[in-house]
Amino acid sequence: MRTEGQTLYAADVTGVSSLGKFYVEHERGLIGTGAVLTFLLAWEAVTRSRLVDPLFLSSPTLIVRAGYELFAEGTIWRDLRVSGTEFVVGYLMAAGVAIPLGLALGWYRRLYFCLGPFIDVLNAVPRVALLPVIIIWFGIGVWSKIVVVFLGAVIPMLINTFSGVKTTEERFLKVARSFGASELKIFWTIVFPGTVPFIFTGLKYAAGRALLGVVVGELYAATAGIGFLITVSGATFQTDKVFVGILIVTTTGVLVVELLDRLERRFEGWRPKVGSAT
Amino acid sequence: MPVKLEAQRICLEYYQPRTGRRLLALDDIDLAIMDGEFVSIVGPSGCGKTTFLNVVDGLLPATSGRILLDGKVVTEPGQDRAMVFQDASLLPWRTVLGNVLYGLECQGIGTRPARQRAQHFIEMVGLQGFEHHYPYELSGGMQQRANLARALVMDPQVLLMDEPFAALDAQTREVMQEELLQIWRQAKKTVLFITHQINEAIYLSDRVIVFTTRPGRVKQSVTIDIERPRKLAVKRDPRFLQLEDFVWNLIEDEVRKTMLADRSSRGSAEVGPPDSGV
Ligand SMILES: Nc1ncnc2c1ncn2[C@@H]1O[C@H](COP(=O)(O)OP(=O)(O)OP(=O)(O)O)[C@@H](O)[C@H]1O
Ligand SMILES: [Mg+2]
Repeated sequence: MRTEGQTLYAADVTGVSSLGKFYVEHERGLIGTGAVLTFLLAWEAVTRSRLVDPLFLSSPTLIVRAGYELFAEGTIWRDLRVSGTEFVVGYLMAAGVAIPLGLALGWYRRLYFCLGPFIDVLNAVPRVALLPVIIIWFGIGVWSKIVVVFLGAVIPMLINTFSGVKTTEERFLKVARSFGASELKIFWTIVFPGTVPFIFTGLKYAAGRALLGVVVGELYAATAGIGFLITVSGATFQTDKVFVGILIVTTTGVLVVELLDRLERRFEGWRPKVGSAT
Repeated sequence: MPVKLEAQRICLEYYQPRTGRRLLALDDIDLAIMDGEFVSIVGPSGCGKTTFLNVVDGLLPATSGRILLDGKVVTEPGQDRAMVFQDASLLPWRTVLGNVLYGLECQGIGTRPARQRAQHFIEMVGLQGFEHHYPYELSGGMQQRANLARALVMDPQVLLMDEPFAALDAQTREVMQEELLQIWRQAKKTVLFITHQINEAIYLSDRVIVFTTRPGRVKQSVTIDIERPRKLAVKRDPRFLQLEDFVWNLIEDEVRKTMLADRSSRGSAEVGPPDSGV
């Protein structure tokens, strides 16, 4: 779109062979892939050579096979559905509460005075410690986990949104007031756009917390789910399956953050691109 | 000609909660500006020019004294005034066009006519072709010109301009000066103009007000009795140079005072503890 405005800090590639040029252009990807591959190969080698018991450490090929079997058997679909529901519902509920509330807290000082203490306490209390009472209140079904996910995700979203509003620049408020903007107009044209980057930061951070909530919740008490799969497999020394579970959770986390990154980029045409190259 | 704008015994004290100190920025400013008059304010850096303009715009409440516009007390910004801010303060999430439209949006002016007006002023400040660029894609001078267009498009009776041409090269500056004088003459505006360039102040103004060093007071009001329209060559006229010299000396006195005051007793110009009662 606005390519003409971008400076390309192209490396000096004149006089280098085409292979060298390819390397320079893809240096980051190549080094990253190389490192990961080396790691996987080393892992495989360590278990193949019986240096370490595969039961103990598992190995990439064993994990792939276990994953294949799990999907072939089909029970994993139920786990995915359960965990997926917990994650999506809890996360969206958190966003639905945290973003409007965070905006309101930043905007209305007195509301913050009133709710601030509760937020600080909720932030300080380890959510895992609440698990027993959450189970008592909500049972061992999906709802208790949804609550755990919600509690884990809501705080980072809330705090980030709130600080976004708080960092609104005085000079932009001055401009708005000088032009006679109404309070509502000031909110939507000055405060909110400046807060969007903060909201995304909160959303991304909260994704990790939400996944943690799913796994920990299911670890503690559940009858299905990826966390449940991890617990059961671990208890029965099926290391391969444990890693499959971990892989699924991790991949979800990475995908959610990537999705949010893309969404963010659509909102952020106005920000200079910093550090995108090299 | 009736008085358009009147400052009556304006004092302004900044309070810094961090240090608990108060700082007298404006001390008893009395000023009357006629309808259609072009008045410039010059004075050493930090003497309170921007502060004064903010008070006139209604952005800062004066500690004591009042501003009258057409005989009515000013308490808040209004459509009859528009400000060109010293730091361009363009909204970073809006394009040039979006920024120029901002004030019109705040006044609820329809999209179609607003766009036409915006386009006219964007062209006037020489930013055609950059309508859809974001502020970070503009140079400092271009931002300053967008800032200028944003105020002019409001077609206010009183223009408050805080070093609007400071970031421009000498040639662009002269073109802008011409444009401004033309608008002023045709639309019969009242202009309050801040600049550090003495010859700019003299060239443009009916009257040049010299501020003392902080706390800002009116040191002298210098009437510029050079007939209009003024050609650029007037800047080399002996009478012009004489005036320039005169104003220069007034400011030099003040700058010297600041330096000496700073050296002998650091911060003596500041009002000490809050209870010292100034
Ligand atoms: N928001 C603020 N809080 C406290 N002190 C302030 C604030 N804004 C300005 N001041 C102080 O008031 C004095 C006058 O500032 P002001 O910006 O009006 O100066 P100025 O004449 O516009 O200077 P310049 O020519 O450099 O733009 C300065 O000493 C500054 O330190
Ligand atoms: Mg200033």
